[in-house]
Amino acid sequence: MHETRAPVVQFRDVALRLANGRAIVKGLSFDVRPGEILVLLGRSGSGKTTTLKLINRLLLPSEGKVTVEGRSTVEWDPTQLRRRIGYVIQEIGLFPHFTVAQNVAVVPTLQGWEEERKRQRVRELLDLVGLDPTSFADRYPTQLSGGQKQRVGVARALAADPPLLLLDEPFGALDPLTRLELQRELKQLATHLAKTLVFVTHDVREGMVLGSRIALFQEGRMVFLGAPAAFLNSQHPEARAFVAALREPQTQPHPSAGEVE
Amino acid sequence: MNLVDFLLLNGEEFLTLTLQHLFLVGVSTGIALGVGVPLGILLTRRPRFSPPVLGLANIFQTIPSLALFGFLIPIPFIGGVGARTAIVALVLYALLPIIRNTYAGIQGIDPAVREAGRGMGMTDRQLLLMVEIPLAFGVILAGIRVATVIGVGVATIAAAIGAGGLGVFIFRGVAMVNNTLILAGALPAALIALAADFLLGRIERRFAPGRGQLAEVRAV
Repeated sequence: MHETRAPVVQFRDVALRLANGRAIVKGLSFDVRPGEILVLLGRSGSGKTTTLKLINRLLLPSEGKVTVEGRSTVEWDPTQLRRRIGYVIQEIGLFPHFTVAQNVAVVPTLQGWEEERKRQRVRELLDLVGLDPTSFADRYPTQLSGGQKQRVGVARALAADPPLLLLDEPFGALDPLTRLELQRELKQLATHLAKTLVFVTHDVREGMVLGSRIALFQEGRMVFLGAPAAFLNSQHPEARAFVAALREPQTQPHPSAGEVE
Repeated sequence: MNLVDFLLLNGEEFLTLTLQHLFLVGVSTGIALGVGVPLGILLTRRPRFSPPVLGLANIFQTIPSLALFGFLIPIPFIGGVGARTAIVALVLYALLPIIRNTYAGIQGIDPAVREAGRGMGMTDRQLLLMVEIPLAFGVILAGIRVATVIGVGVATIAAAIGAGGLGVFIFRGVAMVNNTLILAGALPAALIALAADFLLGRIERRFAPGRGQLAEVRAV
């Protein structure tokens, strides 16, 4: 049923080159289907984050075309486009001078919502991400734990009810238990709210837990795209390296400890 | 004659000179703010211009103040004898701390915060007004504070080029080898500097506590 609906995002022969001609990503052609969780998996520097930033126009392609909701990102007004797309990053980037409520209400504020509507939306969202509004709304980010901050980050991304969410290793810096908890809740949330997610990670376990489909990146190219079950059976050497890591207790082909810091 | 008697006897002149002093510092700091803060913001948008601009502002700071006043006198339009020349010199002194702190304050903000803002669809202007300036405010204010305190001190030398201010008592006292007269200029100037430092410091602290990253940014 999903297949018959128009893709949310389309990449067509997309490449991004630096001034010196070196390609960070190249030959990208794929669709993001409505309602799916597309996991972009790969080692550090394989081009996953770049691909994500091409969607919300933090980067523009040097070749090819990225289309969001049927319109090329070149034609989109960048701020309008970004307000329609939720964005969650590993460093979270909560505004330290805003309370939790103000942080969550950033995009509604930018869109000029009325105070009462904003307040209601904030309560709703904090409830949704498992934070009690009465005790959290007026706190500042420094008074939160890592997991709580990222919950606020997710709530903030959902604030204006965007159909599409981009998440760049959102749980990378969290402890394993909190991480597992948030993965589960995110998956439920995405299904429940019928959101489309593009989720970047280097953790193959996380990819398997969350993904409707997995896109594997290697040196700027997408070398595999398919369901998790197909990924397990892929003969591509990079896919096999990741699958092998899955079978080993808690190791990854490239433990990117440095990235997590 | 002791200091109190002197000030009582010369109350009118003392008041005039104090007001002149405040005028010189106020106007010059105001101009330096109007130029320095936008310039500092501009540098964060075009970082490759920051070394030459900060370097130039640094050079002004290293010129001994008496020499700077002297240099300015022969320059047409801005030069000559009087308050105008003094204000130009004071602005040049005040610029460096204001530009530098504006630039450093904004540069010191966690890049993730900026990326999050842009990623949520803030325009450059919104990012500046809602995020960057509020977060850098403590650091910018610290720069203004330094500039003001330097200004109060340097303004005493403005008397040398006929711009008035409390320096008039000091120069007269030096010429007459009269310590009371020197103190009549120096002490009020020092008190003005301390008062300005105290007031701006209080404002600065009001924007600091409990606001997370501010504490780190201030350390830059």
